[in-house]
This record gives sequence, structure tokens and C-alpha cells, in this order.
Amino acid sequence: MTRSFQFSSTVRLGIKSLMLHKLRSALTMLGIIFGVCSVIAMLAIGEGASYEAQEAIKRLGSNNILIRSLKPPEQARQQGGNNNRGMNLKYGITYEDGSRLQATIPGVTRVVPMRIIRENVRFNRNEVPCQVIGTLPCYSDVGGAALVRGRFICDLDELHQDNICVITTGLAGRLFPGADPLLHSIKIAAFYYRVVGIVQERSQPEQRAQAGRMEGQPIDNNVYIPLATSRTRFGEVLFRRSAGSFEAEEVQLHQVTVQMRDLTAVESADPQIRTLLNHFHDQNDYEVIVPLQLLRQAEQTKRIFNIVLGSIAAISLLVGGIGIMNIMLATVTERTREIGVRRALGAKRRDITRQFLVETVVLSVGGGLIGVLVGIATPILVSHLTDMKTIITVSSVLLAFGISGAVGIVFGLYPARAAARLDPIDALRHE
Amino acid sequence: MPPESAIIQIEGVQKRYVLGGEADVFALRGVNLQVNRGSYLAIMGPSGSGKSTMLNILGCLDRPTAGHYWLGGEDVSRMPDDQLSEARGLKIGFIFQSYNLIAQLTVLENIQVPLLYQGKDLRAYHDHCVELANLVGLGSRLSHRPNQLSGGQQQRVAVARSLVNDPLMILADEPTGNLDSRTGLEVLEMIDRLNAGGKTIVLVTHDERVAARAHRVIHMKDGVIDREIINRPPPR
Ligand SMILES: Nc1ncnc2c1ncn2[C@@H]1O[C@H](COP(=O)(O)OP(=O)(O)OP(=O)(O)O)[C@@H](O)[C@H]1O
Ligand SMILES: [Mg+2]
Repeated sequence: MTRSFQFSSTVRLGIKSLMLHKLRSALTMLGIIFGVCSVIAMLAIGEGASYEAQEAIKRLGSNNILIRSLKPPEQARQQGGNNNRGMNLKYGITYEDGSRLQATIPGVTRVVPMRIIRENVRFNRNEVPCQVIGTLPCYSDVGGAALVRGRFICDLDELHQDNICVITTGLAGRLFPGADPLLHSIKIAAFYYRVVGIVQERSQPEQRAQAGRMEGQPIDNNVYIPLATSRTRFGEVLFRRSAGSFEAEEVQLHQVTVQMRDLTAVESADPQIRTLLNHFHDQNDYEVIVPLQLLRQAEQTKRIFNIVLGSIAAISLLVGGIGIMNIMLATVTERTREIGVRRALGAKRRDITRQFLVETVVLSVGGGLIGVLVGIATPILVSHLTDMKTIITVSSVLLAFGISGAVGIVFGLYPARAAARLDPIDALRHE
Repeated sequence: MPPESAIIQIEGVQKRYVLGGEADVFALRGVNLQVNRGSYLAIMGPSGSGKSTMLNILGCLDRPTAGHYWLGGEDVSRMPDDQLSEARGLKIGFIFQSYNLIAQLTVLENIQVPLLYQGKDLRAYHDHCVELANLVGLGSRLSHRPNQLSGGQQQRVAVARSLVNDPLMILADEPTGNLDSRTGLEVLEMIDRLNAGGKTIVLVTHDERVAARAHRVIHMKDGVIDREIINRPPPR
């Protein structure tokens, strides 16, 4: 009981001594405050960013492998010899590739092809630029879109090449303000398509590849139509307006999503798919995206980020600690006489050590506490002002706070020992 | 071994300061002294004669380089640091020339400091400390800080502080050196009262009139006791 009482009175005494030089103590604490605050805030922002990145990748489906058609680089096309404007530029994944993948790669459960065509979609007076995606019924099974109302494309639609479509919620809102889309048809190019369903977009096909061109446009303006319908209505040769002139290109499929049985199948299929495609494509006109790998890369990036962050935090806390040590050494010199008096009045060396150590720990832990508060407030404020996601983890708060306490002990020990080592008589004689 | 009545018994105590390069300084060159319980001793002598050195050794702030010192029957001349601290805290009350109160503490807290290092519960001793403050006439100034007090008042706080652990003796190194004669007199009268109450007092002074209040005066010169004067008989 006396022991804990003694400790609490030592703490009170320490606070008292620190309050004697309020500005000095506050400035000393500032180093720790900034250190702790930056650790928590940066970890929260980093955690939030990596969470969002990982979520985005997860939405692509970790069991999936995405293959996208790429326009081959200019150089390769010139060598190919069919570069003249107005002439057909033929590239990308073919229907055959799709069937080959399905037939030869072990562990494949589904191959979902997609043709993505940019067209303006009209209803009454409303006209919205869209991505018209020709795909198969199984699109909804690979986690692309979630049905909200009505139905998705079905096998019969595909078989009959029906003029039906499924639109995204975003497009529904823009195209049918105040009307029920399921009762109407929309016009794409020269044909009308009956709306049979509304879906909520989960991953945006093409979003990454087209990011540059999509700028300023809402992303979820998608219309899904049966693949067969897309082929007959739009034809195989697509025209694209670019830089004032038409460019014709023949792309059979813009994207193929290969769904694998499980994660191990994803690992083994990745090189096999590349080998297979490489065999049938002599130009570099596709890319293989493995969300699982992206996820691992994101995790790796996060690890590196955490290490960098840790180093920055360590340095800032080190600087704060040196600041504390500096002030405490000055304090010890300043209070040499007091140390002598206390020794004369019965203080043992360890009492003096404890007194000064408690003062540094009060400084650093006080700074740590304020730092934790500011550090929690900062990410919340950031989330409020921007749409950046931040996640404050309990462990980061504990870590930052723990380190601040440790800094107090580590950097307080030397000044405290220096104070305790003073000879009582010399200390008493000190002016 | 010292007799029962001796609070201080020193034999052949020397203090040599080893200075690198220069000749060593002998601050004390073999001092023998016995101070009995309840007596009042004054130490006089010219500057540099070793008075403060002597008092530091008596106060367990310093160890003699040779000789023995029994404090209350216990040999403290070779004690390790921690035990010396304990001896200081429990057996000795200090009064310094320059008061040496702790600036950030109030009057009451200054009086409590020696209790702190004996691990005592300050709450249990609160009334005791207030009593001591009343004794030195500062009962109404408990929460004042040293810089709000006059020199004489500060020295009275120091007197109260020296008493808080009920020590065997009180050591005072020129306690009135910084005070004018009137306030000095107040402090000296206080010390007289303590002695009358049975406390052993050892006091260093340059002032004949101060020394005249003691039972016994020793004059030091060049690190030895030069002569000794008995003013009046010490109490039995
Ligand atoms: N730490 C030290 N190192 C070297 N010499 C010292 C030290 N302390 C004291 N001395 C020397 O010891 C001698 C006695 O000093 P002391 O302080 O005891 O004198 P004093 O009688 O108290 O003098 P004053 O009346 O001026 O206070 C002096 O010659 C002094 O120079
Ligand atoms: Mg002296």
C-alpha cells in the first residue's frame, strides 16, 4: 500500500516539476505527440487504402483469371503490314481461344466471354453513352453483377439471338427517371432491346483498361445483351471514332473470364493459359490478369508500406526521444542542488533515478496520450473531408502508445542515472 | 566502542582530498570527538579549517578516508551508499546556511520530503507535519512556496523539515549566516528550544554570540581540534 502510494506521489511530484516549466514540457512532448499521431494516422490511412485495393481485387474474384484483348503496340502493327487507316485492324482474343481454354486447361469451371462495345443508348429523349456488353448467361455466376430485379440473360435468349438487355442500376436511373425500365425497351444503334432485368455492378469490366477514356463518365453505365445478339447486331468489325477519323478494328472478344475450381487450380492454370494463348497469338494482343496474384502483390505492397512507415515512425519517435533526453539532462543540471538536498534528506540513488525516470515517462506517456487522441482524430477528419477510407486498428494505437512509453524509459534512463550518480556534497555545493 | 550516552563518537578521523597533479589536501588530520545525547555543540574556526568537512562526515554525507565514526553506536564510516542514505534520513536533521528548500513544493510538502524517502504514508503523518509547521510559526503558510517566504521563514521551514523523522541529532552549518541578526536570533531561539526538549545539536558558526549559546565550543584549525571551551555543563 505504501509502495503504490509512494509511486503515485512520485508521479504527482513529477507532474508538478514539469508544470513548473509548462512551455518547455509542452514543446518536449510535441516531438512524441507528432510521432505517435503520425504512426496512428498513417497506419490508418495505409490500412484503409490497402483495404480498398484488396476489396477491388477481391471483387474481380480470386478464383478467376481475366484475359483481356489489347490493341497491339503501333510498332508491331506496322511490322504486321496492315496499318493503313481505314483498314481492318484485327487483334485480340478469339471465340476459338475461349473454347480452347475451356477444353484444355484443367480445373476450369466456366469460361465467360465478353464483347464490349461503346454505344449511345437511348430511351425517349434520354441518351447515355454506355458499354454494351455481349456475354453469356453464366456471366452472373462469376461474380460480375448481382441481380436486383427481373432476370439475367438466359440460354434461350442466346439461342434465339433475342433483342433483350439487362441494364445496371446506374443506367436505369439515368435513362428512366421516374419510369419502370422493365416495361420498356431501349434503343442501341439501330435496334430496340427489351429490358428484362436490372443488376448491381460489382466489378467493372474494362474499367482498368479503359480508365483513361472513361474519364468524366459514370462507370456503371452498362448494358448486357446476349453474346449471339451482339455478334449479329453489331457485326464482327467495329468502328471507332478516333482523332476525327474512323478506325475499324476486328475484335472478337474483349475479355474472357476464366473461372477456376479453386485457388490451387488458379496457380497452375496461370502459366498454362499463357502458354496456350502464346501459341496461337503471334502478336502481343492480350493480357492475363490474375486477381489472386494482384492480391498477393497488394499484400506485399502493404508489408513494404508498413516497413517504410515503421521506419519513419521509429525515426520520429527517436527524434522525440532525443529531445526528451536533452531536456532531462538540462533539467538534471538545473536541479543539481535539489538532488543534493533530497540525498541529504535520505533519498537513495534509486529514489533519484526513479524520480527523474518518472518525469520522463510522464512526459512521453503524456505526449503519447495526446498523440493517440490527435492520431485517432486525424484519420476521422481525413475520411470526413475526402472520400479516402481510413481504418484505425487497435493494435496501431497500442503500438504507438507502447513505443512512446518505451521511449520515455529508454531516453530517460541515462539522465536519471546521471542524476543519481551525483555526489551529495558536490550536488549540495552546486550553485 | 563508544559509551552508551555518546551519539557521536569519532576516532582518528581523516579526510584527504586527492587532487590529480597537485599535492593532496588534508581537510581533516585525525579528529577525535564525542558528543553526548542532549548536548549542544558549536564548531568554530577560521575559513578552510575543516568545519564543513567535519559536519559532512558527521551528517553521513561523506565518508572519512581514515578513522572511525559511530553514530548512535553504529559504525557508519564504511557503510555503503544506500545505508548512509537511510542513516541520514532517519537519524539526522539538516539545517543549511542557504535553507535548501525545494522550490516547486509548498511549505507542507517540503516538511514531508524526508518522510517520503522512509516509505511512510504521508496521509498518516499529515497532522504531525502541520504540528511542526505550527511549532515554527508557519501554520498559516502551509501552501505557500519558498519564494513567497522571507529568509527567516524559509529557515524555519527547514527547521521543521529537520525534525519530521524525529532524528537523533540536528546538524546546522551556519544556519544564521544568511539572516539578519533579528531573524537569526529567532531561529537560534528555536534551536535552543529544541535542545531544551532533548535534541542533540551540532552547529557550525563564525559568530561568537551564536557559539555562546552552546554547552560546548570546539575550535578547529588546519583539520584538527585546536581547543575546546565548556560554556556550561551539558545535561545529565
Ligand atoms: N572537494 C574538495 N576537493 C578538494 N579540497 C577540498 C574539497 N572540499 C574541501 N576541500 C578543502 O578542505 C579544506 C577544508 O574545507 P571546509 O569546507 O571544511 O572548510 P570550512 O572550515 O568549512 O571553511 P568555511 O568557514 O569557509 O566554510 C579546505 O582547504 C578546502 O579547500
Ligand atoms: Mg564551511
